[in-house]
Amino acid sequence: MPETAPQQPAAALAHDSALKHATGEAVYVDDIIEPGGTLHLAPGYAPAVCGRIETLNLEAVRAAAGVVAVLTAKDIPGQNDISPMNRGDEPVLADHAVRFYGEPVFAVIATSHRAARAAAALGRLEVTPEAPLLTVDAALAARRFISEQQVMQRGDWQGALAAAPCTVSGTLYCGGQDHFYLESQVSLAIPQEDGDLLVYCSTQHPSEIQQQLAKMLGRPAHAVTVEVRRLGGGFGGKETQACQWAALAALGANLTGQPVKCRLDRDDDMLMTGKRHDFRIDWQVGHDAEGRILAVDTTMASRCGCSADLSDPVNDRAMFHLDNAYFFPAVRIRSQRCFTNTVSNTAFRGFGGPQGILAAERIIEAVARATGKDPLLVRKLNFYGPRERSLTPYHQPVADFVADQIVAELEQTSQYWQRRQAINQANQGADTLLRGLALTPVKFGISFTTSWLNQAGALLHIYRDGSVHLNHGGTEMGQGLFIKVAQVVANELQLDISEIKITATNTAKVPNTSATAASSGSDLNAMAARNAARTLKRRLIAFAANRFGVAEASVHFSGGRVQAGGQTLEFAELVNQAYLARVQLSATGFYRTPKIHYDRKTAKGRPFYYFAYGAAVTEVVIDTLTGENRVLAVDILHDAGRSLNPAIDLGQIEGGFIQGMGWLTTEELWWDNEGYLKTHAPSTYKIPSCGDRPPHMDVRLWSRGENTEATVHRSKAVGEPPFMLAVSVHQALADAVSSIGDYARVPQLDSPATPEAILAAVHAERALTADTRVPA
Amino acid sequence: MAQARSQLRCLLGSEPFFLAAFDPNRTLLDFLREERHLTGTKEGCAEGDCGACTVLIGELHEGVLRYRAANACILPLGAVDNKQVLTVEHLADPVPHPVQAAMAAQHGSQCGFCTPGMVMSLASLHFAQADQGCTPTLDQINQALAGNLCRCTGYGPIIDAAQAACQQAVPAHCQALREKSQVLLQGWAADGTYLCAHGAAGTFAAPTSTRELRQLIDRQPQARLVAGATDVGLWISKRHQRFAAVIHLGSVSELQRLAHSGEALEIGAAVTLADAFAALAALAPDLGVLLRRFGSPQVRGQASIGGNIANGSPIGDLAPALIALGARLRLAGPDGEREIALEDFFIDYGHQDLLPGEYVAALSIPAEGQQHFRCWKISKRFDQDISAVCGAFNVQLAHGKVREARIVFGGMAAISRRARRCEAVLKGATPGPALLPRAADALAEDYAPISDLRASAAYRGQAARGLLERYLSAMAGQPVPVLYPAATPPVNTHA
Repeated sequence: MPETAPQQPAAALAHDSALKHATGEAVYVDDIIEPGGTLHLAPGYAPAVCGRIETLNLEAVRAAAGVVAVLTAKDIPGQNDISPMNRGDEPVLADHAVRFYGEPVFAVIATSHRAARAAAALGRLEVTPEAPLLTVDAALAARRFISEQQVMQRGDWQGALAAAPCTVSGTLYCGGQDHFYLESQVSLAIPQEDGDLLVYCSTQHPSEIQQQLAKMLGRPAHAVTVEVRRLGGGFGGKETQACQWAALAALGANLTGQPVKCRLDRDDDMLMTGKRHDFRIDWQVGHDAEGRILAVDTTMASRCGCSADLSDPVNDRAMFHLDNAYFFPAVRIRSQRCFTNTVSNTAFRGFGGPQGILAAERIIEAVARATGKDPLLVRKLNFYGPRERSLTPYHQPVADFVADQIVAELEQTSQYWQRRQAINQANQGADTLLRGLALTPVKFGISFTTSWLNQAGALLHIYRDGSVHLNHGGTEMGQGLFIKVAQVVANELQLDISEIKITATNTAKVPNTSATAASSGSDLNAMAARNAARTLKRRLIAFAANRFGVAEASVHFSGGRVQAGGQTLEFAELVNQAYLARVQLSATGFYRTPKIHYDRKTAKGRPFYYFAYGAAVTEVVIDTLTGENRVLAVDILHDAGRSLNPAIDLGQIEGGFIQGMGWLTTEELWWDNEGYLKTHAPSTYKIPSCGDRPPHMDVRLWSRGENTEATVHRSKAVGEPPFMLAVSVHQALADAVSSIGDYARVPQLDSPATPEAILAAVHAERALTADTRVPA
Repeated sequence: MAQARSQLRCLLGSEPFFLAAFDPNRTLLDFLREERHLTGTKEGCAEGDCGACTVLIGELHEGVLRYRAANACILPLGAVDNKQVLTVEHLADPVPHPVQAAMAAQHGSQCGFCTPGMVMSLASLHFAQADQGCTPTLDQINQALAGNLCRCTGYGPIIDAAQAACQQAVPAHCQALREKSQVLLQGWAADGTYLCAHGAAGTFAAPTSTRELRQLIDRQPQARLVAGATDVGLWISKRHQRFAAVIHLGSVSELQRLAHSGEALEIGAAVTLADAFAALAALAPDLGVLLRRFGSPQVRGQASIGGNIANGSPIGDLAPALIALGARLRLAGPDGEREIALEDFFIDYGHQDLLPGEYVAALSIPAEGQQHFRCWKISKRFDQDISAVCGAFNVQLAHGKVREARIVFGGMAAISRRARRCEAVLKGATPGPALLPRAADALAEDYAPISDLRASAAYRGQAARGLLERYLSAMAGQPVPVLYPAATPPVNTHA
């Protein structure tokens, strides 16, 4: 089929469930009316960080009110492993030893959620304690890794560094992040005949849940059906991390023959599920006097936790984004994946990209301070360019670079230079409050870097009345995927959106799907659904041409009607006639992303189909007496290609930015010396609240955006890229601190930039600078 | 004396609901979701911090039905006796409330899980602004939503929805419901009974006078007293504690009084932070800012002044300010009342000067001598966070020199207590930045803070010094730079 002519951006339709969200009618897993006899499950753990389990005394648990059964590893009929990489390092329930504080060792099944939780607290477990590795630095010192070091390099970086007129180096620590989806992990497993299971699960990856549950139960995949209507937030945290709770519910249902629900309490959720990786990044850059980068050498070490999970692809993506939007003539990127006795870290919006981009911008900032130039000028000087300046560290040319155009436009519309001047002046006269400003770009690679994951399926039925049932492998977690895909199908069949029934993701309808992740949801699933729609449309055209004796080319679909030569009839009428003529009105659709390939061994290839771009300007103010701070103004220009739904896309951009701002400012994960995560609830872990939204926030789609690749309607993925626009917040905070020393140095400001971190950076900067404007 | 009533009664939406025996530890949220299948109200954290479980509690205030947002996850079911509970489903019956329609139209939801709670907080704002005939400012919208976390949207579209909805009147179906419910609740209030429900799982009592309260305490000395239960609710939801008897103080009329005398402001122990807001903010503007950042509207609408003090929670952010203001407590025991200074009430971490059978009856704050009072709270997040350091300062001057100083920090020791050495440096001196080196050295000796998840010991020391510097500069007449301009009073906490 030929590519349809470029269209105007699609309608800014509301999320398909918008009104149902607002009236409370939208059904989440915990809202499903429980079948009779439903039991409730809660996990139990040892009060220890790591070591051999000596005694496992569950007498009090079994005796507690309402308890029906208590599960341990011995109750698992198949494999006690849910490692997504098949590494055998992720038990459903720990056997023999625990590896982090909070690792589930047993599970209680009781008549109520509260009874199960109360009983789970009564386990008496003794663990022979071992010395834990709790940080990246400790793991590096002990040389404990979850996998091999990876290296990506291009050019003679050693020679270029040695020959560079100037070199700067530093170390940046950036913290992790809890997903804090508002709906905690939840699964409801209902026994079926033949020992099969139907599992309602809040997950981004139903097919993986299906396979892992089958493996754990020692059953074929066809014995397990997983259904997902919607998630109360995912952000990567319900990709692999949803599996353990589904597995426990399934195990419980398998054992008791009754429906079992496992819904994690918030504290358990935060203790027991993986988070964004925290990183230590050591960097060195060689540059010339103008600020042109000549060579970069970095080592990125991350806290992976106690198992592999998705840490390899996460760290790979961190490496892929260490360049951000900048050309490095010669470069080496080393990546070390550290084993620690903390919960196994996992996917989180950006998937390593944010950490890479944060480091890239720190490098730019350092070059700017060393050369005395405004960081924006250094950014522009080092952008990717044509021909030899287009090559990434992984040898994929950047063929669609538009960050320079976006930055140029934003620089104008945000009045960057006027504001820069005003801030410099204000800071010179200020004692206590200092302002900072930064404009940072984002370039983000789109595609799963594991190439075979870039496939999707869809299933489309047209019923005799002309109504359409749409199903595909993507999951709806709030990102608006379902409405976008429905819009594409409605457009293809020229039907009103209300004719398209959006249905729950179900492994029995579309099999072997990839996770809804890597921003790929609409790129993959909308294409698959469009292909299914085109198949059906082709059959209807052939039927109409034959029926009305016209050429296929003169059959047209428009506004819910079909024109065939001189005949015009309702879509529903044509469909019914086709049915009577025994035309198949159900079709599957499939899509695989073309052109991509990557060789991990040589670190070369084309891992990304295309790149998404954006830029943000952020202005902040800090209080040098206390480190308190505030984001005052944000202007964003983002490229979503030809947007499939501007309202949905703007929501992703603004929401992603604020989530990124939280990662870089208030969201601090804090473990005590025993390895216990003390920030395990919203009372102690602070995501942005309404008042943290900057009083000025201007978010725009880039009007010239258009994907150069043949994506669905030339749109671009938008789930993850905007998260990294928030790097401008961190840069602006550092800019404010840097003003203390007249912008001579990069301040020692790590992430998250809490009031404490900012005050420490202020004091360090004061100590280093001769300018003692304020008596210390 | 009122007659004891064994049945809990409330309005669920428009429907009167009666319950003879119930578990005193049951939360309103579990009741709504598990027994009534009103699953629009969500559990996000079970600790009153995320707001996904927000409902409206309607109660008579001076005879008029007033709605306030509350966290159902930590509210004991018994606390809704004689009140109305409105959930997101009730608002939409039979047509969506303007807030619900605006949330959909303005793209205010993504995953939708926080949305019902957002809707209820905004409905509370909507009712209040309609009553007061005003349009909320951005700051007031932020305040109304300070107790509702959203992880998806970045809040912008929700603010847009709030602004759009507040252009519209209270819809007819909600107005009719309110009028009808008001009559019903007035009837209940007039029958002179109080709840005292005994069940297999325990007792829940809600006395209406101190006489009844005394009798109940004498009869069940082990009973757990609660007012808003915004702290005790977590002992139930998180620590799995179970109380055989709970006495709810929210209906005790004598504990609800708020009285100005010439010399002092006296606040009954069960007066909510929301109801005390205006009087406290009038007494000292910084206290208003502190209160605005205390918990959230859902918490302040339930939590009481007395409870914040009586529990001796180390995170009781009000204590430093109240001690610096020279507040005193009235304690009621089996043999009568006694009065002590608030600073003497806190003995050590979790240990207060409260005798068996005694309860906090009232707090009084001197009305005079507060013109140099300042207090500042430092936390990772501006709204709804617990302070890493909270500093409160107050001096009395004579001829430009400090006659008396009260400097109190929270977050610097196991309890909020005065910085006696630092106070001594200020005494007799002219307050200003020149005092800083000596005063700061003294302050460093006053406290030995610890490192924890909110801040390191080092930071606490530095930040406390920063606040001292801020105060001394302010006393020298220098403007105090602030990151957040003076807060407008919240719409929905007006008394």
